[in-house]
Amino acid sequence: MGMTVVEKILARAAGQASVKAGDVVEPRVDLAMSHENAALVINQFKVVYQGTGLEPKVWDPSKIAIIFDHRVPAESPKTATNQKMIREFVAANGITKFHDVRGDVGGICHQILPEYGYVRPGCVVVGTDSHTTSHGALGAFSFGVGATEMASAWALGIAVNIEVPATIKVVVKGEFPPFVGPKDFILHLIGRLTAQGANFKVLEFHGETIRKMSTSGRLAICNMSVEAGATSGIVPGDEETVRYLREEAGVADGISCVSPDADANYVRTVEIDVSTLDPQIACPHMVDNVKPIDQVLGTKVHQIVIGSCTNGRLDDLADAAAILRGKKVAQGTRMLVFPASSKIFGQALDKGYIHDLMKAGAVVMNSGCGPCLGVHEGALGDGETALSTTNRNFKGRMGNPTGFVYLCSPVVAAASAITGVITDPRRS
Amino acid sequence: MAKVILKLEHDISTDDIYPGRFMATVLPTETPQFAFFDRTDFNAKLKARAFPPGSIIVGGENFGCGSSREQACSTLKGHEVAVVARSISRIFLQNSINLGLQVVICPGIEASEGDELEITTDQVLNRTTGQFFDQVKLPAARKGIMDAGGLIPYTRSRLMAKQS
Ligand code: SF4
Repeated sequence: MGMTVVEKILARAAGQASVKAGDVVEPRVDLAMSHENAALVINQFKVVYQGTGLEPKVWDPSKIAIIFDHRVPAESPKTATNQKMIREFVAANGITKFHDVRGDVGGICHQILPEYGYVRPGCVVVGTDSHTTSHGALGAFSFGVGATEMASAWALGIAVNIEVPATIKVVVKGEFPPFVGPKDFILHLIGRLTAQGANFKVLEFHGETIRKMSTSGRLAICNMSVEAGATSGIVPGDEETVRYLREEAGVADGISCVSPDADANYVRTVEIDVSTLDPQIACPHMVDNVKPIDQVLGTKVHQIVIGSCTNGRLDDLADAAAILRGKKVAQGTRMLVFPASSKIFGQALDKGYIHDLMKAGAVVMNSGCGPCLGVHEGALGDGETALSTTNRNFKGRMGNPTGFVYLCSPVVAAASAITGVITDPRRS
Repeated sequence: MAKVILKLEHDISTDDIYPGRFMATVLPTETPQFAFFDRTDFNAKLKARAFPPGSIIVGGENFGCGSSREQACSTLKGHEVAVVARSISRIFLQNSINLGLQVVICPGIEASEGDELEITTDQVLNRTTGQFFDQVKLPAARKGIMDAGGLIPYTRSRLMAKQS
């Protein structure tokens, strides 16, 4: 029996000829990513070493990435102190893949990793963030872990006791209609699978639509795979992966893509034709409460949010700017834009997108997680509604348990900003 | 035997268990105060130590979905509650085992607040209604970690073995 991509990656990383779903393996870790929650990882890491007589030193500082993004610049003395402590740990351990609060190399972890070429096809990546699934977009097996599990990886350089996940094959065909794209596809898929439909499983993406999709789009779909419960999403590395890593991430050394065997074993195959897909909206308070836009048209929106690790990339900002150029954000609606990284912010400035968005009335914020998780800025007022290109709409997600969050693509968010109600970009 | 102190619906997210706005608080000794913070009455009772250790929270499908924040486990572990749910999201399950929070997957569980449950090795008995429900065994891979008393002692012993 052949192997899926993730089985192949795990077999190689565990030094075995082959593995199959359900096997328990201990793969070496190629990259271990954390953000502000490194504060807890450091705490747990030190606890591991207590009583051992060993000095707490990470196994390989070159394989650890720490990116400040969740609360930048710090919103409270507590966060600032956590960041300070992490900075000291980074220096003491010689961790080089460190992205501090900066306007040149800062940004959201799930944008920084691809942007700097830290992730390659075939890598095993762990991150203390559930959206670590994003990096499957580059053909890596990349999954979220808790802080203690990360402390264990820092100490041992392996992920202990991993069960090889079963894989669902998702075959996507057809060309996206105008104003419909990767975000609509993934929302639709989550609606079909449900929020736990892929729990403990990997979503492996195939088909002509995926082959033609940019790395930006692939990042968005792998990012949201976790919203169907998936351990990871993965697009087997291909020409586009190599192009992205060479041209956009400046990777010069060897890249080798991993493909599944033709006779690989999948638990299920899902086929989706996107040529007739409508813009999709995830309605409060669950990401799998997905409806075609027709069913929610006209819903009043107080806050439009464009950004995040899902849809804060250059093409997303370009799409939004194209719609808002020369227009105005509706009175009674506020629009917040936060580019996914400083680099994207700079490119959007050069191309005039930021100017277009600001002239329309959008507030452009620094790169980082911003309003996405509701701890830093852009909280909702009681009973208010947000329409957002982020990836979660749980109760309380945007900082207020009485608020309502709808999720959509950047073009839907932009079109709705002009009217102040959920609006179909195809008809505006 | 222990009482059900909270009965929850499906898809309880980590934002519900431990709201994102408290994420700057990380230490397991400090997180328990924010458990289910936006369920104000329940949070107040937890803080007032109104429930004996071992008290049970019953969840529906996909308990603990959402973020990887380990605070969502340490916050419950701090109150020494147990979770019995129809299904549990992957990262939350993993974090629970790593920290030693008692979690039981019980696809058929039917229980109301106030019911008395007894958790055996492979079943959950609802003493109040007289019903029995089968547990789903935790993944085999997790056993070594549980037997070691959590991921920290487990990693520590692996680390020491590596040195010698
Ligand atoms: S942008 Fe939102 S979903 Fe993405 S890493 Fe930040 S908080 Fe998490």
